[in-house]
Amino acid sequence: MAIVKLRAPLKDLAGGNREITIDGASVGQVLQELEHQHPKITGWVLDEHGRVRRHVNIFVDGERVKEDAPVAPDATLHVLPSISGGSR
Amino acid sequence: MTELLVGTKKGLFVLRGDTGAEKPFDVAARAFPGDVVEFAIRDPRSGRYFASVTSGHFGPRVMHTMDPTGEWEPTTRLGYPEGSDWSLERIWAIKPGEADGLMYAGVAPAGLFTSVDGGMTWELNRALYDQPTRSSWEPGAGGLCLHSIATWPGDPSRLAIGISAVGVWLSEDGGASWRHGNEGLVPRYIPEESQGNTIDLCVHNMHRAPLRPERLFMQFHGGVYRSDDAGESWIPIAEGLPTDFGFPMAIDPADPDSAFVIPLVADTDRVTVEGRVRVFATRDAGKSWTSVSDGLPQKDAYLTILRQAFDREGEGPGIGLYFGATSGDVFGSGDAGSSWFPVRERLAPVNSVRVA
Repeated sequence: MAIVKLRAPLKDLAGGNREITIDGASVGQVLQELEHQHPKITGWVLDEHGRVRRHVNIFVDGERVKEDAPVAPDATLHVLPSISGGSR
Repeated sequence: MTELLVGTKKGLFVLRGDTGAEKPFDVAARAFPGDVVEFAIRDPRSGRYFASVTSGHFGPRVMHTMDPTGEWEPTTRLGYPEGSDWSLERIWAIKPGEADGLMYAGVAPAGLFTSVDGGMTWELNRALYDQPTRSSWEPGAGGLCLHSIATWPGDPSRLAIGISAVGVWLSEDGGASWRHGNEGLVPRYIPEESQGNTIDLCVHNMHRAPLRPERLFMQFHGGVYRSDDAGESWIPIAEGLPTDFGFPMAIDPADPDSAFVIPLVADTDRVTVEGRVRVFATRDAGKSWTSVSDGLPQKDAYLTILRQAFDREGEGPGIGLYFGATSGDVFGSGDAGSSWFPVRERLAPVNSVRVA
């Protein structure tokens, strides 16, 4: 089970949880399961095609990765807004 | 008389007025209507004005003139070499260098261009462009931009540049080679375990103190820093500010312990804190900060001040300070921020402010 770490505003959409334990073999699977467990997050991290949004960064054990990256059972996955997002 | 060059999303405004009179400045000219003006300066050595103009149709270019109320002419076009995977998007900064005719332009995607003929022709700095990490450089919200160029007074060989989001780069051979200068910067926007190795460092603005050139001040993407070793390492100095987020900085050339910042709420809410427009000054190199904001809006004023939209005139206790907001408002002070007045209201969203 991977540990998914969230910050505001995603943390608030996940019932205030900073850390959630989720099963999944890839980043995409983990994030889809995150949406399943916390439906309010749906559409915030993955777009309508199941791809990580352009201005969201996913780190798995310190490496920035995309949705197709593998996730080890004991991995830590951070979901963070990218610095490229938002307005200038 | 003070002349301000205000680059906006709808052209360049040339404002003229008397700061001592504390009355709105006149609009002496509006150039490049319909185009975005990213930045404009006057080179004090030649008296020539330069403007970085981006056309939605025809891309970025540098324009020049000796009279900003008259006709402007293009310099030779800046651009990445044939076959490059990059195309020039914006020209963020133009800066006179420390030798006759030497000038720099910082652009997006992040590159440095040099002119040795006073800004008429430009050449790409290959040493930076050829960095092996270039393909992994990440953009900030304003794009992957080289926006800060800190020259060393009297020495054209020494340069520090700031890139969003690839940190600080230092050169001691006039740009023939570059190395990082990032020790001490903390990028809170990535996981803690990755912070030590990353080059995804989002510098927002950086200035050198000319009387003590080994000292630099930086506004970071969450953090205000000072370097006392020419940019090799950085010390956090944000304690005492309402927040450590913001874009522009200004310094007092007469006092290497002085700097001015305009805090914004955070990267998720880039407006003035609590609806109050406040400039903060340090006179002790960042040990303490004082609001110098009399005359600025203090109620329900949610302004965004971009990284090139703050400049100073002169130095010392009578230093003039000027900044513009994306609201189209421009403010000025003729006494180091002790009192402020509206220079001009309701211009287009302000990208840059420079004293001519």
